[in-house]
Amino acid sequence: MDTLKVSRATRLSTMAMVMLALIVVVMAAAPWWAGRADLRLFGEIFLYMSLATLWNLLAGYAGLVSVGQQAYVGLGGYVFFAATMLWGMSPFIAFPVAMVLGAAISAPIAFLIFRLRGAYFAIGTWVVAEVFRLSFAQVSALGGGSGTSLTTAIVKDLASGRDGREALAYWFALGLVVVVVGAVFFFLRSRQGVALTAIRDNELAASSLGIDVWRTKFLVYVVTAGLTTLTGALIFLQKLRISPDAAFSTNDWTAFVIFIVVIGGIGTIEGPIIGTLVFFALRETLADFGTIYLIALGFVAILIMLKTPNGLWGLVRGRRGIELFPLSQRVRGLSEKGT
Amino acid sequence: MDWVNAIVQGTLLGGLYALFAAGLSLIFGVMRLVNIAHGDLIVLSAYVTLTISAALGLNPLLSLVLVVPLMALLGYLMQRLILNRTMGEDILPPLLVTFGLSVIIQNALLVGYSADPQKLNAGAIETAAVPFGPITVGVMPLIVFVTAVVVIAALQWIFYRTALGRAFRATSDRQDIAQLMGLNRAHVFGMAMALSLAVTAVAGVFLGIRTSFDPAVGGSRLIFGFEAVIIGGLGNLWGTLCGGVILGIAQTVGAKIHPGYQILAGHLVFLLILAVRPRGLFPRMD
Repeated sequence: MDTLKVSRATRLSTMAMVMLALIVVVMAAAPWWAGRADLRLFGEIFLYMSLATLWNLLAGYAGLVSVGQQAYVGLGGYVFFAATMLWGMSPFIAFPVAMVLGAAISAPIAFLIFRLRGAYFAIGTWVVAEVFRLSFAQVSALGGGSGTSLTTAIVKDLASGRDGREALAYWFALGLVVVVVGAVFFFLRSRQGVALTAIRDNELAASSLGIDVWRTKFLVYVVTAGLTTLTGALIFLQKLRISPDAAFSTNDWTAFVIFIVVIGGIGTIEGPIIGTLVFFALRETLADFGTIYLIALGFVAILIMLKTPNGLWGLVRGRRGIELFPLSQRVRGLSEKGT
Repeated sequence: MDWVNAIVQGTLLGGLYALFAAGLSLIFGVMRLVNIAHGDLIVLSAYVTLTISAALGLNPLLSLVLVVPLMALLGYLMQRLILNRTMGEDILPPLLVTFGLSVIIQNALLVGYSADPQKLNAGAIETAAVPFGPITVGVMPLIVFVTAVVVIAALQWIFYRTALGRAFRATSDRQDIAQLMGLNRAHVFGMAMALSLAVTAVAGVFLGIRTSFDPAVGGSRLIFGFEAVIIGGLGNLWGTLCGGVILGIAQTVGAKIHPGYQILAGHLVFLLILAVRPRGLFPRMD
């Protein structure tokens, strides 16, 4: 009888976690074994992985389907540029400042747009992003509508040589994805996370069990906004140049991210990670086709939504509910008891 | 007098926004669907009109005779073949599928017509104007506004006076009971989308005559239409017209204060109304 116990980890998930830790170590050493172009690509992959993981937490778990997260990506970029160039902050301080500011601004916005339900919420978030874009286009100290570049003094402040700088930007991106995926993972295992999962599965049942649905969603929105703002700051550290259209681009920061999550599998931790890898594999091979590539991506996303709404990871996961990240509680030893 | 002029021009601009919004309002009312591709479909109709009027040498206003049924057919097929498969309790599938359609339409237009701005040429009527006392009003904006009123009156009539409208209202109230009463839900939804895109065709032609357009402008047209719907209150077509007018006035008055504030002023008025009256000014449903 004592073989019966409840646990989250399986042999597979333990192996996966060990593998993941190894991969992170190998990737952390990338500046020593990868070329400059590869390093930039890896950095971009990690930044998109963070955006996708965050959007998935918002849409896949909290049911807050936003098409306006570019508001926070752009905000992060602009706050980083303003903090370093106008307020004379060190870049290392500018990152946490951007994150806190993004979370702080998102709270009153949440009060406003949480009044819109479902799909109308989605377009409401878009309006907010447009307000951000049009407002930053009016700030002449940051170049107005045409944007501005990071001054060399600030860039040099990070690290003296170009190699050192690129390595640093890369480590920031890697660190960010570890923090974001780790934060989402531990959040989902926490009490709040269990509440969130319950809301995802059935909002009515969750609230009748005493879960404060509004508060939980609010918390998720604000935390996601803060981390998305931080991601935005890192994205524009890589780019070194910012303009309202690039910072608040719906295509770059929302359309791609949504496709990544839908293709990978919405509502799972693994989905956005797999989706990002598939997205970049496709992009690196088909990028020459430009707009055709985007059309194909749209078709693939629609097809997946119609045929297998759980995405690629849903196909792999199947009915047995395989998990690489140990999240669900399972009862062990039942089969032994039966025999 | 400048301010009165701005308000009059804004009111007329509101007619165009009400046309953007009427199609959105209609399909939300019947099937609770929010079509993210709506703005891109408006732009698509402008391009279809461009091609038809160039091929047949027709005035864009006359080519509406062809464009309206064409877009309605497209709407019916789109609903029956794609969107009906996504309808259900979960709001995610229709949202993401229409988002995918939006990206496809936008990039397909980019491939077919390039990113160069285009414009529909309606001839002398574009520059004609009539004086009302000290204010001069363009004939074309006036036609747009009157059309918006007529379209909304017609939709209202269809909704409350015809068998099709009865089917719309029944399906809107209880889909399963309507189905039991012998209504084919899939067909009713198809008809609603067809009607929505017929209105979209009119909106697209007027958009193309009023300003130049390129494949990327669909998103902001969706936002304007959406703002008009929310300001006016969900499910109220006359409210949508009113919302369009408020948005139009906000934009022209904003532009009067500073040219850079035109669009921003519209968004801010929308957010303000959302803060003060979350259900819009004249709500009919939740």
